[in-house]
Order: sequence, then structure tokens, then C-alpha cells
Amino acid sequence: MTGRLRWRKFVSNFMLAMTGVCAFVSVLVLFFILGYLVFNGGTSINWDFFTKLPKPVGEAGGGMANAIVGSGKILLLASLMGVPIGFLGGIYLAEFSGKGMASVVRYAADLLNGVPSIVIGIFAYSLVVLPFKHFSAYAGAFALGIMMIPITLRSTEEFLKSVPRMLREGAMALGASKWKTIASVIVPAAYRGILTAILLALARVAGETAPLLFTAFGNRFESHGWSQPTATLPVMIYTYAVSPYDDWHRQAWAAGLVLLGLVLIINILARTILSRGFAIPRS
Amino acid sequence: MATTTTALKGAGPVTGSRSFFAKLRDGDEIARLITLIFATTVVLITAALVWELWVNSALPREKFGFHFFVTSVWDPIMDQYGALPFIYGTMVTSAVALIIAVPLGIGAAIFLAELAPPRVSDTLQFFIDLLAAVPSVIYGLLGVFIIVPVMRTVIYPALNKPFGYLPIFKGPSYGVGFLTAGIVLAIMVIPYIISVSREVLLSVPRDQREAALALGSTRWESTWKVVVPFAKTGIMGSIFLALARALGETMAVTMVIGNTPKIAASLFAPGYSIAAVIANEFTEATGDLYLQALIALGLVLFLLTFILNGLARLLIVVTTQKGSEVGG
Amino acid sequence: MKRFAGFAIGVLALCAIVLADNALLINGAGATFPYPIYSKWFDVYHTKNPNFQFNYQSVGSGAGIKQVTEGTVDFGATDGPMNDDQIKAFQEKHNGTGILHFPTVLGAAVPTYNVEGVTGSLNFTPDALAGIFLGKVTKWNDPAITSVNKGVNLPAADILVVHRSDGSGTSYIWTDYLSKISEEWKSKVGKGTSVNWPTGIGGKGNEGVTGSVKTTPNTIGYVELIYAVQNNIPYGAVKNSSGNFVKADLGSVTAAAAGAAKEMPDDFRVSITNAPGKAAYPISSFTWLLIPQKVQDTGKRDAIKGFLSWMLTDGQGSVEALSYAKLPKEVVEKEKKAIKNIQ
Repeated sequence: MTGRLRWRKFVSNFMLAMTGVCAFVSVLVLFFILGYLVFNGGTSINWDFFTKLPKPVGEAGGGMANAIVGSGKILLLASLMGVPIGFLGGIYLAEFSGKGMASVVRYAADLLNGVPSIVIGIFAYSLVVLPFKHFSAYAGAFALGIMMIPITLRSTEEFLKSVPRMLREGAMALGASKWKTIASVIVPAAYRGILTAILLALARVAGETAPLLFTAFGNRFESHGWSQPTATLPVMIYTYAVSPYDDWHRQAWAAGLVLLGLVLIINILARTILSRGFAIPRS
Repeated sequence: MATTTTALKGAGPVTGSRSFFAKLRDGDEIARLITLIFATTVVLITAALVWELWVNSALPREKFGFHFFVTSVWDPIMDQYGALPFIYGTMVTSAVALIIAVPLGIGAAIFLAELAPPRVSDTLQFFIDLLAAVPSVIYGLLGVFIIVPVMRTVIYPALNKPFGYLPIFKGPSYGVGFLTAGIVLAIMVIPYIISVSREVLLSVPRDQREAALALGSTRWESTWKVVVPFAKTGIMGSIFLALARALGETMAVTMVIGNTPKIAASLFAPGYSIAAVIANEFTEATGDLYLQALIALGLVLFLLTFILNGLARLLIVVTTQKGSEVGG
Repeated sequence: MKRFAGFAIGVLALCAIVLADNALLINGAGATFPYPIYSKWFDVYHTKNPNFQFNYQSVGSGAGIKQVTEGTVDFGATDGPMNDDQIKAFQEKHNGTGILHFPTVLGAAVPTYNVEGVTGSLNFTPDALAGIFLGKVTKWNDPAITSVNKGVNLPAADILVVHRSDGSGTSYIWTDYLSKISEEWKSKVGKGTSVNWPTGIGGKGNEGVTGSVKTTPNTIGYVELIYAVQNNIPYGAVKNSSGNFVKADLGSVTAAAAGAAKEMPDDFRVSITNAPGKAAYPISSFTWLLIPQKVQDTGKRDAIKGFLSWMLTDGQGSVEALSYAKLPKEVVEKEKKAIKNIQ
């Protein structure tokens, strides 16, 4: 009896230890990735990287100034396109809609969320690039903006719904109309959660490469305005990584570090905001 | 009857309908309309996407019909297009990814849900969420510079020398191929399996565990034989979610799969996936049939992920509801 | 919310102001084969003419042809001339106006390899190359290769073939050559920018193939000469139609173009693979810029014409440093006249 029990206990301890190993290995991967990027890319991050344009093929030096600015422009425009739709749509779902319409909208958003990013790229190409006959920053922003909608929508709805009823009822008891309640009481109460969602959506699309391949295309120079092909950080990383030039590899690592750093900082920021609570504390 | 004071704007009598213009004056109706328009936009965008995919892939549907899915020739010169090599490549790399990621992911989830103290569990989960946020092209970068050489110098000799007679380990290795892509995908989908499985495991009611322990089972036995089976539908859901993610992965796969539209039994052989071929050939597809064949592939991918995501969500919801219904 | 919106608009406006510039951007896309010289040219041209920026994306000849046909770029570039169907497709999309080919440089597609222990130049017969790419010659120590490389220690390792995964003019040149010297290749695979390769993995662009060959042992691929040179990977000599093993260099590529130079057709579409001549390198080719006959924007039109004139005179001076051969004199003269056709 005790022999069997000892074996079972041994198995139990062993298996549980193994699960611990699984967990730590998974987390270790993150640190390995970070470490490797820092090691390989850290040395290449210098002033040139941020300020210079790419050099002709085969010549060493140059930087990714245009890609950094290009990514920034496209992300800004994508947010301006995607966030209002998601935010206001979320308000509709949380405050105004009936059951039927709500489930249709939610379903559509979930569908959109699951679409592979390359397919969104196809959609943006047919809708924005072909009719206007050029690759552009706004085509890229359109693709990324669409990807930001579902996260923003669902999170806005969730966080608005979770605002305590008492706040709502209090406002209405004071005579505020519905929209005024929403604007001045409910949204501010849920702003942390909504902001988090927007940041997470932004972090998600910041690293996307596939949808930009046939929308923003690429540019060796600075792109002026919004209707020209634009260089972006993820696409540059891809182009440089599959090339045979060591100098380009070096720059790809540096760019990877910058991109990953950006994405992680946004994520950490978002989660820190959220952990402070998503509604104003009752004083 | 108390009359409403004039100071309260918009607070008319509760019963009885007000005129449209009265509502309009409120601003409530405007707010409702505006937000409705935006909400409808979401639906319209989704509908437009599906419609564009369907309409722009009409040519191969007419020309090849069902044969599109079972032909393995991809020849732009002869204008012959078959989806089979890409479907095969997508399936194989995803299968490899799951074989690696599922045991690791569930193991880690068990640790986080059952064993780790809440603070440790939350901290580790935080890092795992960050892992999920790493962009695909970064995984591609690491795949090309780390995993491909390791595959060539370590993994291939280790598997090919002793097991080279097996069809799945036969043949030479370029470093890139199905197995490499599968490994990279595995790393990418582990966080999804972990976070969702952890959630469903945490939602299993306490008394299930306690009952098992009270009956004399070890910690492991109560976990593996009681808790996990209770949550197994949700865990299945997490696997479907991970699969859906793996199917749609583009950049990391295209950098390490070898870009060869061929079906091969060996895991070391180069292949192609649906997402990778679209990324590589879309901007250069001359001729309408070629382009539409690629869009048809996109439609296939879309449908696959759509079904998987739907199933996943269903399974996860069922499990978490079960947990709250049973008690605890 | 309002403050955020105001802030965003302010930033946008700032961006628009800061980044607004007077430079005219002309977009092109296409072949990776001439990318090293094009990127150098466009860079130099921009310093001489700061008002013009030529943005060239090296995405492969196939994409170049497609995008210029769709009109999403202002010019294309290819090493495989557009065939009649593609030219017709262009005309249909552009109200009947045509597209013009302008040769820019001469280059060579070389067989480049990474064989353990082999640092020098290997000899390849046409049959060996066809056999390798058909998947029939599978080992490095196959008699087809060893018989013409006496004294070189070739291992009994599998040959790993690397070809292009994207639509490529370099592929066109390579398969054009193989079609000429191998009946089996011609009937089984054919020539084109994207073919159904019997064996091998695909690399993206000349860059991708070079990268694969450089890092993977026992591979063989085909790339433009400068890619092998710039990356210090060995490349072989090919037996030409006169029976000599010739390595690609300025002299042998120029020799290959000698015949074509005198009999250049008006539309400049010509193939010089397997050219006659004792010193000719058999896998040489022109590479072309694809310019629409009618350019809507007059500013862009003048910029393009200006660039073409510069390219044919000053530009030719920098090609040899990057291992491309200059255009023959006769071709240059003919092109200078043809520039007038751009309206």
C-alpha cells in the first residue's frame, strides 16, 4: 500500500515539476528574444540609424529614418480611422442598441478580428490602391485601421457596461439626457479600460507587416504627404533580413529591437493603466 | 399632477411617446444615430471584405471548380492553379506547431492555474501576454538567423541519422522547411494556449478539486483526472484559437518555409503555405486568373480561420459557463 | 476626448507641414537583377537634381510588369521583356497607348554555389546545368560535373537547388538559356519569369537566393553577377556555344551583345543567351526599364526623359564598377532617338 502511494506521490511531484518547467521555458523564450535582439541590435542603434536614409545596395551605413517616420505616420492615421469607429460603435452596443442589432455587430467584429492580416491586405489593395492607382500611406493606414476596430469596439462595450449602475442612475436622476450621461459620466469612468484597449490595438498593428506589403509598398526616401508609397519599420526588417548583406542584417536587428521595444512599452503601459482599475475609485 | 419644471431640459413625461423632433432636440436621438452609423460601418466593412473576396475569385471557381482544391500544380506559365500544396503546407506546419505547443502550453497553464501562488501566476502570465505581443516579423528574424542554422547543424543530424528511413525524416535539409516553420509557429502560439487554458482551469469550481483530494488523490491526480477533464472543452477551444492563429501567420512562415509549392512527406522538405504564397506572389500576379487564384486562396484561408474561431469561442464559452453553473 | 482629437489634428498638421517638400517623387518597381546599379544611379541623380526623387522598389520583374500595367507605379523594370500578351494587356488598360522598353545595362546570370572544400571556379556544361535544375543530376560528384572539373574534390553530397520564389527576370534569363540548350527543359518547364521548378527551394529576389546559397552548404543557385561578387561567393564558368568555358565578366558579356547590337529591333526586345562568339558568356542579358508611351504628368515625363538621357551618357560611366557591362554604342544611339517617343 505504502509502496504504491509512494509511487503515486513521486509521479505527482514529478509531473507538477514538469509543468513548472513548461511555464518557465515559455517565459524564458521572451527573455531570450529580448536578449538576442539587444545583443545583436543594440550595438547598431546609433544616431545614424534614426536620422539617415538608406544607402544604395551594397554600401555600408545609412539608417532607417524614413521607415521610422513612415511607421509613425501610418499608425497615427490608422488610429484616427479605426479608433473612432470602434469607440463610437462600442458606445452604440453598450448604451443604445437592441439585442438583435447588437449581436450582428458583435458577430461582424469578431469575424473581422479573426481575418488573417494578409487577407486584410488584399482587401485594402482592391479597395484603396487599385482605384487610386498608387500605393500610399493611407492605403496602409486603412488596412491597419480595420484591424484596430474589433479590439476597440469590444473593449469599449465591455468597459462601458461594467460602469456601476449607480453612476448611471445618479446622472439620470439629476436630469441629464442620455448622451450627456454617456459623455460626462460613463465614458470618463471607463476611460482607463478604453485607453488600454486602444493602446493594445495599436501595439498589435504596429508590428504588422503583411498588410503593408501591397498597400504602403516601400520607399527609399522620405514620403511626403499621405498618398505616396511609404517605408515602414516591419517591411524594412523583412527586406533586410532576407538579403545577403551583412550590413543590412545588422540594421534589421537594430530595427527589430526598436520595433519590439515600442510594442512592449505600449503593452506594459496599457496593462499598468488597466491594473490601476478601470473605473474611478469611489471616494 | 406635478408638472415638470422648466429647468429640467429634456426630462419630459415618462409615459407617452414624444415626437421625433422632441427627441432630436434632446440630442439623444442624434447620439443614437451617430453611434448607430459607426456600428453599422463595422458590419459594412466586414460584409464588403467577404464580398470582395468572393467576387474577385470568380475566375478560378469557374475554370477549375472543385478541382482547385485537389490539384497540386501551380504553374503561372500554363495558367494552371491548384491549391493543394498550399493547403498541405498550411496544415502540416500548423500540425507540427500544435504537437509542440499543446503539451508545453497545457503544462504551463496547469502550473499557472493550480500550483503557482496568485502573484507568481499573475507575473508569469504578464510575461506570457508580452510574448503574444511580439510581432511576426521579429519571429521571422529569429527564425532565419537562429532556428534555421540550428535546424541544419543540430536538429537535422539528430533526427535524420538514426531515423532517416522514416518518410517524415528523409532527404536533405536546407535548414528551411516544414519542420522549421512548425517550430517557429509553435513558439508563436504557445501564449494563446497558455492564457486561455489558464482562464478555463481557473474557472473550474473549487469543490471539484477538493472532492478529489478528499477522496485521497495526489495533487497531480486531482489536476489531471478531475480538473483538466472538467475544463477540457475550453482547452480544446484554446487549441482551436491557436490553430486559427497559426493558419493565418504570414511573415514568420514565409521567411523559413522554403517557398516551394510542392507536397513532400519529409518534414525537412521545403514547402509553402497559403499566407506565404499570397505575400510573395500577389504584387506580381500578371493576368487575371493568376491574381484571382491567389485571392481564392485568401478566401479559403478566411473560411478556415472563420470556422475555427467560431468553434473556439463556442467551446470556451461552454466551459466557463459550465464552471459557473455547477457551483463553487 | 476633445483634447485628444485636437492634439491629433495638431500633430497631423505639423506632419504635413514639416514633411511637405518640393521634390517630385517618381515611383518605379521591378527587377532585382539591376537593383545595385539602379539604386546607385537614383541616389547620384538625386544629389545632382534634388527636385527629383526616383523611388525604386526591388520586387522582381514580374511585379514590375504587373504594377506598371496596373498603373500603380510610374515605370517598371524587367530582365525578361514583356511578351506580346502582356503588351496587349497594358494597351487595354491604358486606352491603347503602348509601353516602351529601354535597355539600361548588360548583365550576366551566373551559377553560384556553396560546396564544402571548393573555393575556386567550377566548370559547368549546358547539360550539367539543365540536369541539375531538372533534378536529374542530384549529387555533386556526378560525372556530368566531375568530368569537366578534373582535380577538384567534389563531395558525394546532395545538390540543393535554389531558385526564385518571386516572378523574376533573372529566372527568365536562366530559363531562356536552359530552353535553348535543353529540349527536355523546353518541353517540361519552359521559360518565363515564374515557372514550375522541378526541384529546389525558392528565395525572394536575387537577394534571397544569394542569402540562401551563402548560408546553406551544397547549394547551387543563379544570381546576377554583382550579387556573387559583392558577397564573395564563388561562381562558375559555363561552356558557350563555341565550346569554351567562359566566366562572366565585362569582356565576355560585352562579346555576347556584339551581334545583337548591330541588329537591335526597334522595340529593343531581344534575347542574347547562348550567343555565338568564342569569348561570349552564354547567360548574358540586357535589362530594361519599362516606360509608358504616354506619361500623364508632364513633370514626371520630363523627369523620366531627363533621367534616361543622363543614364545613357553619364550613367554608363558607373556601371563597370558594379560589374555590369556598358550598353553597346549602337544601342545607345538608337535609344537616344527612342526617348522622343515618350509623350
